[in-house]
Amino acid sequence: MSKESSDNGNWKNWLSRQWAKIVTNRKLLPVLLVIGLLLSFAIPQFGLLNQYIVLILIYVGINIILSTSLNLVNGYMGEFSVGHAGFMAVGAYISAILTTKIIPDSLAPWLFPLVVFAGGTGAALIGLMVAIPSFKTRGDYLAIVTLAFLMIVKSLIENIEVIGGPRGIPGITRLTTLPWTFIWVVIAVWVIRNFVYSKFGRGVLSIREDEIASDLMSVNSRQVKMLTFVISSFFAGVAGALFAHILQFISPRVFDIIKSTDILIMVYLGGIGSIAGSILGALIFTILLEVLRPLGMWRMVLMPLVLVVLMIYRPRGIMGLREFRWFVPGYDLIATNLWRKKKEAKDVSTS
Amino acid sequence: MFLQAKGVTHYFGGLCAVSDFNLNLKPNELIGIIGPNGAGKTTIFNLITGVYKATKGSITIDGIELVGKTPNQITGLGIARTFQNIRLFKDLTVLDNVRIANYSQSKYNPIEALFHTGRYDGEERRIANHAMDLLAVFKLQDYADEASKNLPYGLQRRLEIARALATHPKILLLDEPAAGMNPNEIGQLMEFIGWIRKEFGLTVILIEHQMRLVMGICERIKVLDFGATLAEGLPVEIQNNPKVMEAYLGEGGDL
Repeated sequence: MSKESSDNGNWKNWLSRQWAKIVTNRKLLPVLLVIGLLLSFAIPQFGLLNQYIVLILIYVGINIILSTSLNLVNGYMGEFSVGHAGFMAVGAYISAILTTKIIPDSLAPWLFPLVVFAGGTGAALIGLMVAIPSFKTRGDYLAIVTLAFLMIVKSLIENIEVIGGPRGIPGITRLTTLPWTFIWVVIAVWVIRNFVYSKFGRGVLSIREDEIASDLMSVNSRQVKMLTFVISSFFAGVAGALFAHILQFISPRVFDIIKSTDILIMVYLGGIGSIAGSILGALIFTILLEVLRPLGMWRMVLMPLVLVVLMIYRPRGIMGLREFRWFVPGYDLIATNLWRKKKEAKDVSTS
Repeated sequence: MFLQAKGVTHYFGGLCAVSDFNLNLKPNELIGIIGPNGAGKTTIFNLITGVYKATKGSITIDGIELVGKTPNQITGLGIARTFQNIRLFKDLTVLDNVRIANYSQSKYNPIEALFHTGRYDGEERRIANHAMDLLAVFKLQDYADEASKNLPYGLQRRLEIARALATHPKILLLDEPAAGMNPNEIGQLMEFIGWIRKEFGLTVILIEHQMRLVMGICERIKVLDFGATLAEGLPVEIQNNPKVMEAYLGEGGDL
């Protein structure tokens, strides 16, 4: 009996050692990215997976972009924005108008990356406008500002007849493919990672910790907040554009407060202030939602229940404030050790 | 004149927190501001650093008006401070605390930050090394990767000073640096303040309750009471000023 348990322990040790090896091996990440890109081309090309699974993979990708970008505001900056669906709507509508009304059908697949970029840029401009009232408000107040913004976007779209009003835009070409989703996910995660590990990203963190102290330590909190909102809403717009071109039909009802809450659930499930957490949250949420589909309306009871349990036992989410080493820039991991080595070398040479 | 405050007055609603405060600070001076609780000492720091906007009066550094500027602009002009109740970025590492204070010293733009190109790499290395050098000066280098809330109290106080110095200030405002310290530690702190002042070529304004510290190192002392300046002068003059004794100890007291 005791031998068996020690065997079990050894086995566990071995597993954790292997895991540590994988996680610290940074050369693996580019390899995985290339494999991922190749797979994203191969899967639809050779029909490796059925259509339904490919669709879910695309939704996972879109949700990763959404949760990572919202985490920037809600997790890293510690604000509470519920307007993410609004930025998504802006991106979705701009891109859908471009592909259905302006760009000829034959050109649309080739111009699709630009269309998505345009959706993101439009959302980013709106994000800039929302950022300005956010200089004056924090916490609950910002939640109300973003809620108001969401309502404005929704009722604006509902009342502009040219873009379909409450009926929305039907017949959008299905341009969102697995490779494009994969590429945009990589871009979003990479850019947000880069932002977080820069002086601006550290500024965002310091605003969460103590805004007055951060201002007094020379952080330009206006600039930092503006950048954070712009980047966050840019990627919400990108996700919206991808979403419109997979759903093939958008209406104001798609982008209501429920959509925002879904993204919030992903962020808080995965963990605030963590890119790995956002990815995990989006993955778990999307898959769980599909797995629980047979439960019918009960899944809408189960998901929030999961959230309640999570908030009680792990208020910061699965990965809360911790990061997977692959997402930390190499230099950041070794900066202190590098400095120590240099210092030792210097001490030796002087003595 | 270096830092100058002229007729600075501040109201909280109808309450006058600071009235007609004047200050002429010369380079490399170390002056102390003392006064009973609620005398308006910390308010003066908040007015200088831009946390509050003075209701009346003007504060200038090298002739540049500070009233109306944001705190980060004022910090950029060379004024840094610590806080009465430590305000570190608790969940962040010691290194990050110091690196954040390098915000205006890091010369790269958002585009370079988003794509980690251009000046980003070189600047990040320079900043990390500078921050570590600064931590080493304060003997905090071994805690660099530790969350700052895990440091013992004394080290947190030291880290706060290190963080303030990372903004490259000309003037350092210390708000009750000796709070919660025993006499032995206060002795060390006195030496320490004198040393960083020389090492970094600083002008220091000190708010303190500990008479030993104030009388020991300050070259000039201002006494505040209910927002008004009660007395100003050399430590010896202040010690023998009957008005000050009355404010602190009541009539007939002895400091």
